[in-house]
Amino acid sequence: MSVNILKVALIGNPNTGKTSVFNHLTGLNQQVGNYPGITVEKKAGFCKLSQHQKAKIIDLPGTYSLNASSLDESVVIELLMNKTDEDYPDVAIVVTDVENLKRNLLLFTQIKDLEIPSILVINMSDRMKYKGISIDIPALEKELHTKIALVSSRTKNGIENIKTLLLDYKNLPSNPCLDTSKIDSEYFENLRKVFPNQSLYKLWLVISQDVNFGKVEKNTIKDATSFTTKSSSEIKKLQHKETIARYKFINDTLKKSYIVDKSKATDLRSKFDRVLTHKVFGYVIFFAILLLIFQAIFDWSSVPMDFIDTSFAHLGDWVRHTLPAGNFTDLLVDGVIAGLGGIAIFIPQIVFLFLFISVLEESGYMSRVVFLMDRIMRRFGLSGKSVVPLISGTACAIPAIMATRNIESWKERLITILVTPFTTCSARLPVYAILIALVIPNQRVLGIFNAQGLTLMFLYLLGFGAAILSAYILNKILKIKSKSYFVVEMPNYKLPMFKNVFINVLEKTKSFVFEAGKIILAISIVLWFLASYGPGEKFNNAEEIVKNEVVNQQITDSELDNKIASYKLEHSYIGIVGKTIEPVIKPLGYDWKIGIALVTSFAAREVFVSTLATIYSVGSAGDEEETIKDKMRQEVYPSGRKVFNFASGISLLLFYAFAMQCMGTLAVVKRETNSWKWPLIQLFGMTGVAYIIALIAFQFLK
Amino acid sequence: MQTIATLQKGEKGIIQEFDIARVPLKLIEMGCLPGNTVELVQYAPFHDPLYININDCYVAIRKETAIHISIKKITQ
Repeated sequence: MSVNILKVALIGNPNTGKTSVFNHLTGLNQQVGNYPGITVEKKAGFCKLSQHQKAKIIDLPGTYSLNASSLDESVVIELLMNKTDEDYPDVAIVVTDVENLKRNLLLFTQIKDLEIPSILVINMSDRMKYKGISIDIPALEKELHTKIALVSSRTKNGIENIKTLLLDYKNLPSNPCLDTSKIDSEYFENLRKVFPNQSLYKLWLVISQDVNFGKVEKNTIKDATSFTTKSSSEIKKLQHKETIARYKFINDTLKKSYIVDKSKATDLRSKFDRVLTHKVFGYVIFFAILLLIFQAIFDWSSVPMDFIDTSFAHLGDWVRHTLPAGNFTDLLVDGVIAGLGGIAIFIPQIVFLFLFISVLEESGYMSRVVFLMDRIMRRFGLSGKSVVPLISGTACAIPAIMATRNIESWKERLITILVTPFTTCSARLPVYAILIALVIPNQRVLGIFNAQGLTLMFLYLLGFGAAILSAYILNKILKIKSKSYFVVEMPNYKLPMFKNVFINVLEKTKSFVFEAGKIILAISIVLWFLASYGPGEKFNNAEEIVKNEVVNQQITDSELDNKIASYKLEHSYIGIVGKTIEPVIKPLGYDWKIGIALVTSFAAREVFVSTLATIYSVGSAGDEEETIKDKMRQEVYPSGRKVFNFASGISLLLFYAFAMQCMGTLAVVKRETNSWKWPLIQLFGMTGVAYIIALIAFQFLK
Repeated sequence: MQTIATLQKGEKGIIQEFDIARVPLKLIEMGCLPGNTVELVQYAPFHDPLYININDCYVAIRKETAIHISIKKITQ
């Protein structure tokens, strides 16, 4: 028996609990796009309706109306306008919040006017009692020509009802709510004459906005846009009229079927807002929350991180002693396991960060932060909405850059994208951690502060400082005229739902680990090959050459083996690369081995540590269980001077603080700005600054 | 001229006709239409942005937008 798949689009205003409904319908049976972002990617999931009927549910980004004003929103209209899209829905589910039904219905009437069979979900029905709301469902269904499911995503009430309605989708009426042509009969009459077989509302949508549509529709659109006998200001006037007409219809409809008894309403919002948006306490609380987040990322996560670190060291050791010695075992231990350990160690930090961000988003607090910070951020050419990307950037710049999509002003959005990679992402953390442990003494400053902790904090502040300062400069340099408007909904405060937070954290962590993991693993393996093989006589005859050199010296066997191994490394493929770039990085205080790590770091910063781990374990013959830190500490120049000394360590820290070393970020910037210009500016600009600052630091300190 | 930007915390007004070219469509769609009631819930330092309640819809807008929306203050 074949299973039919019904295509369903889940649409709704932001903050209506759309994602909760999606999570209830699909459970963990979800597919999310490449990289985490805040419901920006097209998310799809499956839901079994009956024995023979499944539904593919697409969770579209939240939007207030079909008149798109940001990239997020245009995704919705692009899909709904393109009948040839493989995901074009058979049915639309429009999710609304019972408390904001009036505003939420605006989008519903627009969807209805596209003549897509639609189900209206009125969510958060558990709040009706507290707000004194009562609804006459049958009357409302009749007025809106639809079927309604009254749902509480918090208590799961009514979810089954949605499934029943979906099964019966053939009986859903598809007639529109409004006759749009009434807003300007003459104009629409003309339209009808020119395009006799087209839906007038669709044509009007096409004319009234510049959205990139699918292929087939394009021809119609070209004709339609050439039809514009109206200036853009006249079109906006019509949109205004249309909105008034829609609200009139909605008000008339709700008057009969939606009753609010305000005397029964309780008001949590104003009590919370009095404190959380207060001009003093608001900021104090925000900074306290920031401190808490950093505390979690750097302090609480250190226990699981140490555990992961030693577990991988033990695993590598166990594999080396269990499997027969040879190339394959070396590859497995020095390449694969070392590489995987390098990714797994981030998991605790990523989990904590996404946990906080998703709780803050879910609770409605994030909008208050946007409100509090907007004025301050604007001074630097940013928007209040840039705060979320800048905080997310402390985990990973990739989801952070994708989170800029809801910034309406292109200039503010571009600047946010350009400066976000300065914030200290978690990939820099292992580099910082190991270097700080090596070159900063573990002692107290002024009796209470730990010098190593202070250095780390300074590096974080440096990252934020660099982001803010470069935003300020970019704001002065960039001559981009873009309409800047700022309209942020302040949602009701809600207790975050465990299931939503859990799924969100899980999805984001999973995609981070897999995406970053692929790169790190591939690089670790390639690196191992390049370090284990080399061209020419010097590599192949390393053993004899070294033996001849030390023939008259008193030397133990293990010392001899080490000498051979490091001679081999020097003449391996990767050694040659490192030696070639050594003249460029020598003024910064780095040797050729660090040079190799710098080169591989351009794929992703965290590769620095695993590269050094690979190089030093290939470069030593022993199988002694040493941590990478010990190996780095023992590295000395022939003169006896430590490779990782105070000057070169500080120089490296500063280089990593500023340089653009992340292919993933460059790729996402290219995609989001639709041009190679901006990622290249980031690559050369940031790395140039990093080089100069590291150079100055080393020359002063050495 | 009385606009949303001249409201004090807790004050309410009725939205009058305004130049729609200067007000984003998104705000209009959220209920910023002539005849509706607007209340200033909270303002950030420097009186910007403004946290308002239009017809039970809570939004924050910048002062630069608010000064273009004229209102008639309701005196209680």
